Amino acid sequence: MKPEVDVAARTQELDAIVRELATLITQAISLDVDPASIDPDAPLYGEGLGLDSIDILEVALVVAKRYDLQLKADSEENHLIFSSLRNLAWYVAAHSARTASPPQ
Amino acid sequence: MSETLPLLAHTSPESTVAWRAGVPIPAWQFIADAQSLAQRLPAGSPVLNACADRYRFAVGLCAAALAGQRNLLPPTHTPEIIRQLRAACPSVICLTDQLDCRIDLPLLPFPAKHAIRARDWLVPRIPEQRYIADVYTSGTTGLPVPHLKRFGALVRCVQTEAQRLGFTGSRRRAVLATVPPQHMYGLETSVLLSLHNGDAFCAERPFHPTEICSALTALPTPRVLVSTPVHLRALLAANLPLPAVECIVSATAPLPLALAQEVEQRFAAPLFEIYGSTESGQIADRRPTQSPVWHLFTGVRLCSREQRTWADGGHIETAVALGDNIESINEGHFLLGDRLQDVVNIAGKRNSIAYLNHQLLAIPGVLDGAFFQPTDADAGVTRLCALVVAPGLDAAAVLRALRERVDPAFLPRPLRLVPSLQRNSTGKLPAQTLRALLEAT
Repeated sequence: MKPEVDVAARTQELDAIVRELATLITQAISLDVDPASIDPDAPLYGEGLGLDSIDILEVALVVAKRYDLQLKADSEENHLIFSSLRNLAWYVAAHSARTASPPQ
Repeated sequence: MSETLPLLAHTSPESTVAWRAGVPIPAWQFIADAQSLAQRLPAGSPVLNACADRYRFAVGLCAAALAGQRNLLPPTHTPEIIRQLRAACPSVICLTDQLDCRIDLPLLPFPAKHAIRARDWLVPRIPEQRYIADVYTSGTTGLPVPHLKRFGALVRCVQTEAQRLGFTGSRRRAVLATVPPQHMYGLETSVLLSLHNGDAFCAERPFHPTEICSALTALPTPRVLVSTPVHLRALLAANLPLPAVECIVSATAPLPLALAQEVEQRFAAPLFEIYGSTESGQIADRRPTQSPVWHLFTGVRLCSREQRTWADGGHIETAVALGDNIESINEGHFLLGDRLQDVVNIAGKRNSIAYLNHQLLAIPGVLDGAFFQPTDADAGVTRLCALVVAPGLDAAAVLRALRERVDPAFLPRPLRLVPSLQRNSTGKLPAQTLRALLEAT
């Protein structure tokens, strides 16, 4: 067992998902920001990236399509998932049937 | 006039008024809860009804109505709107079911427990002429404008709606709405329609497609889905198996025909659109897959005056000017054209450019500025843009200040700072000039 290797790989995978999500989100809702400039820990709602509930619907759709996952019907959890790019990436990594690399 | 109408149309104490988490709430419980809360409302205080749970909202609505107080229903709860409400009605209190409610008003928490059952089954009655709700629009002067709604007019409107939608017969429906009850459409088509047609509404307000499907599945049939083009589009795009519904109702913005057809195919049920406004309430309906023609509610008439179309008659007390260009076909039918220039509709929420400009110019440090709509109106939601003259402020600071004042749906994307705005000889800023300026930045 080499846990330190797993951690590094995991971190890399998460970073890749964060970057990909940033691009997906800015494209999906035509946000006027550079995806690379989005702070992974800044809130998506309100202050921070400034998304509203209409955006969250749109983002949930592209995330569902890209990663082949549906958001669970638990609004408390959903609020957490969408609290930041990194939390969304955690959720995707934990629940997606697909990896961060683009499908064929 | 001393005519009264019953608080609800349910005729048996055990008939279901609402569903919460799959559990039915009977009419006797609803009435007991409303009467008990009515006694706890401070005298002389209008109620900002901010309850997120639709059952609690409805209890609050009826409690205030029983106590002779008005429910204040502003379009949004930004700090600026709350300040304006407090200035207009200093005694206003906020009824809330949220532990972390940040509305800056005296808070009345919704009672944690249901009220106990009354010995006798007696449906309270409310005078038809009583004002029970002030529903606000943003107006054009920077101050929200209240539209006072009488109990009788609201009831008559939803009774007509029930007939138009074919909600007759003895089978009781379960109504699930994805819209909040605090706006006119949600107030009418979820809460009031169910209460005054003897149907039951769902207390939850599901948002994500999976939530909508599971909330529908938890309800008994026949079910009705009350939604908007934005929510229906997301629901279809999620590609989930859809639960059986008797019909779908959509309002707040025109539904593209292709989307309407897909909704009907995927649900295998008819979709009805409702046309109305905060000022007029609901006044017409259509089934877009059958015809683009709108059918006016019984008694409602349209007329042209001062280059606007006005609605009058039926449940409408005094004629109201409509915010759309309307092509009248005959007495009972019309076609809907574009929205009038100053009115914007973003994802079903309405506002006026004039109101938004007022809010922008009220920010300390903003010298000039203007909101406008970009030209491309593609399938998705198109946001507004704004150009702002604010030396000494950055765009993020202006946006932060705007967030305190206007609903997030209307926040500009992008907001660009410019050194100055070239107004024409009448002091106006034509949209074309603004679009050209935006492209140049």
